[in-house]
Amino acid sequence: MSENLKPQDAAQVAELLTWAGAEEKTVELVGAGSKAGLGRPITTDYRLDLSALEGVTLYEPEELVLRAGAATPLGQIQAMLAQQRQQLAFEPPDLGDLYQSDQDQTIGGVLSANLAGPRRIKAGAARDHFLGVEGISGRGEAFKSGGRVVKNVTGYDLCKLMAGSFGTLAALTEVTIKVLPAPEKVRTVLLFGQDDTAAILAMSQAAGSPHEISALAHLPQAVAARSGVAYVSGAGAAVTAVRIEGPTPSAAHRTAAMRQQWGALGTVEELHGHNSATLWREIGNVAPLLPDTEAVVWKLSVTPSFGAGIMAAALVAGGEGYYDWAGGLLWLSLPSTNDGGAALVRGALSGTDAGHATLMRGPDALRERIDVFQPSAPALAALSARIKDSFDPRRVLNPGRMYGAY
Amino acid sequence: MQMPEPDGEILARRNDLITALRKIVPGEGVIADDAGMRVYESDGLPAYRQIPMAVVLPNTVDQISAILRLCDEWGIKIVPRGAGTSLSGGALPLADGIILGLGKFNQVLEIDYANRAVRVQPGVTNLGISQAVDGEGFYYAPDPSSQIACSIGGNVAENAGGVHCLKYGVTTNNLLGLEMVLLSGEVIRLGGKHLDSGGYDLLGLLTGSEGLLGVITEVTVRILKKPETARAVLIGFPSSEAAGSCVAEVIGAGIIPGGMEMMDKAAIHAAEEFCQAGYPLEAEALLIVELDGPRPEVDYLIEKVAEIAAGCGSTSLRASENEAERTAFWAGRKAAFPAIGRISPDYMCMDGTIPRNRLPEVLARMSELSEKHGLRVANVFHAGDGNLHPLILYDANAGELETAEAFGADILRLCVEVGGVLTGEHGVGVEKRDLMAEVFTEADLAQQLRVKCAFDPNGRLNPGKVFPVLHSCAELGRLEVHQGQLPFPDIPRF
Repeated sequence: MSENLKPQDAAQVAELLTWAGAEEKTVELVGAGSKAGLGRPITTDYRLDLSALEGVTLYEPEELVLRAGAATPLGQIQAMLAQQRQQLAFEPPDLGDLYQSDQDQTIGGVLSANLAGPRRIKAGAARDHFLGVEGISGRGEAFKSGGRVVKNVTGYDLCKLMAGSFGTLAALTEVTIKVLPAPEKVRTVLLFGQDDTAAILAMSQAAGSPHEISALAHLPQAVAARSGVAYVSGAGAAVTAVRIEGPTPSAAHRTAAMRQQWGALGTVEELHGHNSATLWREIGNVAPLLPDTEAVVWKLSVTPSFGAGIMAAALVAGGEGYYDWAGGLLWLSLPSTNDGGAALVRGALSGTDAGHATLMRGPDALRERIDVFQPSAPALAALSARIKDSFDPRRVLNPGRMYGAY
Repeated sequence: MQMPEPDGEILARRNDLITALRKIVPGEGVIADDAGMRVYESDGLPAYRQIPMAVVLPNTVDQISAILRLCDEWGIKIVPRGAGTSLSGGALPLADGIILGLGKFNQVLEIDYANRAVRVQPGVTNLGISQAVDGEGFYYAPDPSSQIACSIGGNVAENAGGVHCLKYGVTTNNLLGLEMVLLSGEVIRLGGKHLDSGGYDLLGLLTGSEGLLGVITEVTVRILKKPETARAVLIGFPSSEAAGSCVAEVIGAGIIPGGMEMMDKAAIHAAEEFCQAGYPLEAEALLIVELDGPRPEVDYLIEKVAEIAAGCGSTSLRASENEAERTAFWAGRKAAFPAIGRISPDYMCMDGTIPRNRLPEVLARMSELSEKHGLRVANVFHAGDGNLHPLILYDANAGELETAEAFGADILRLCVEVGGVLTGEHGVGVEKRDLMAEVFTEADLAQQLRVKCAFDPNGRLNPGKVFPVLHSCAELGRLEVHQGQLPFPDIPRF
């Protein structure tokens, strides 16, 4: 068991990390600990509890900007935004049920994992909304990058590097994010009975329409049956869903257009308000795959038109899955075999630029044994290691969380 | 503005270098005569000029690998160059370096409508991408004013923006993949047609890195279907404060227009004289707001914007009724720079970004600075995202360049002071290099330079740009050694 330390401010984080580096100690960074099951399991000398770095320090709704301590609970931020009819457009998923954690995730955790929900295809990922960062590098040095404005090319965009780095480069202390107005109206159109290949085509058609689609997902029949939305679970068929958001007259116009476009392919239905919100929350939070608590869960980001083929190849030995991001995101639940399906999943991805797979949930021993994150080609892996060293030369921070060596 | 002192030993090897480069790129791909190199002596910031040792125009990725390996080994500096439209001197040659021109990489490699992606070589122009997919009703969203000429590789290097990035994002938000060559000659591929990355987000890091990290050889971007309709509204205001509060209220009402531009009186008059766009000459400030989407949405939002504008004291409002009118409304804004060019022998375009709500204050203080320096200034800006483009009017032949530079620096310091940044979309380059310390501490800059060291340990790629002081990577990597007890015995432990 590593010793727990709880610095009270950024200066204490800096001093601790400077000391840890000099003493060649390793440190695990923890916000709320809600995603402890994501990444490779690690053992460190110390556990740095960053939860004191919390609180919204700036929120200017008309400026579409919010700044907060990195360990500010996401729920607190979302409640403040909702009061002003605003939101985080990248729709951060709540993976609490996936990791069986009741901790409210922090904004720093969401950014460090670069999570994004169904609106990713229209609004971008966490990285696209990450305007400014203050952090302490593994060298124990405070640095900042970015700022509070959207248009900014002053120096390297280190926010992008922080997003998705899982605390291996720096301890984030304060973050500035872009916020956006919540849509006036939300509608979801369902299309029933498409097989995976047909559904990918239908989604591609919708994504290539001028209707500013904000989400596109496809649930095969067995997966759809687990939805809490009766129109979906009771369909007795696979369900393909498209979400339309915007000003009221516009949402109505585009919903009608999508009903017509998809109506030519099969039976359609429409979800409003509560049902629509429930369905997309389920899709983002991986709810349909959760009942099997023993299964290994994978997330694949792929070229959308390859989605159905990759899904079929990954599922040859059993398991199930569904599609988000117009077919570009596959969520898979696989039997807990010796390699957790890694060979099948990564084999299905072979080919130039096909995409990447992350083991999102699995037993510790499995996550230690196989690559949790997609392995890179040698030149890229070496470059990534040099970048790690540019922030954390003594490999103090979360060593082994992403890859064996760092 | 000082560039690093040229290395005499390197200059002495020029003939050998040219011979070696010709072995890699035969024929006319190596330009070494003064007349031929004159074309490359400056970019879109013509106040600074320099003839390089040689210009190399490779045709293949293998040639680029070989050139980079050679330069790294020989200690030759490399300045990558796309179309040379940089407004910050990013492609300014170095006396003891070569220009690596990507102009021959001008092919569209793949158009994939099913995945809404286009894969191109870096020398394809920004507009060239939109034109390639126009027939199917698609387009590439970022639209810098130089889009006819600027290359997509340069757009990535500078993280270019444009009028429509308020709604659709800048380059980094529209980029899916890259192929690049490292200084070692190694070729790496980042991203593809899928989203996000399995490891560190190098795609995001490379975007806006101004040619200091690697040479881009292929770019994959996402394309969008064109909106069903777009309408622009011209709104005149009696003061820039009124126009500024209208911008804030539109966004506060939850409306994110396709574009929202502001011009001050000086810019309105210059543009109107230049192209008769029908701008209200009595207005102190003009807003151009573009709404796009399905017709019912556009009409609905125009009504809402008109209401908000009236509440803010607008003095005139005209909404475009057809495409020709919409284009005319934009013509004045898009021609603002040449229009200013007609009323002044020279002008310098600044590019700071500020929090929108500080606009009235910044404009007022900019007028004071204008008086202090004795130079006129006209303002056009991307009001929706607070990106200012003050145009400083001066006459280089009257010896006003230095005053203009000082005025520009004062404006950028003002932007930083109110919570903004030095550059929103034009890049730091050489132009704003010496102001970086206004924004960043030494530790901030040292961390950025360490990232550069991970790509370019010997400082060969575009040195003298972006960073005011160059340290050796060994110096930057040095670690202080502390010994002792865990600090803060009072830190909670459990």
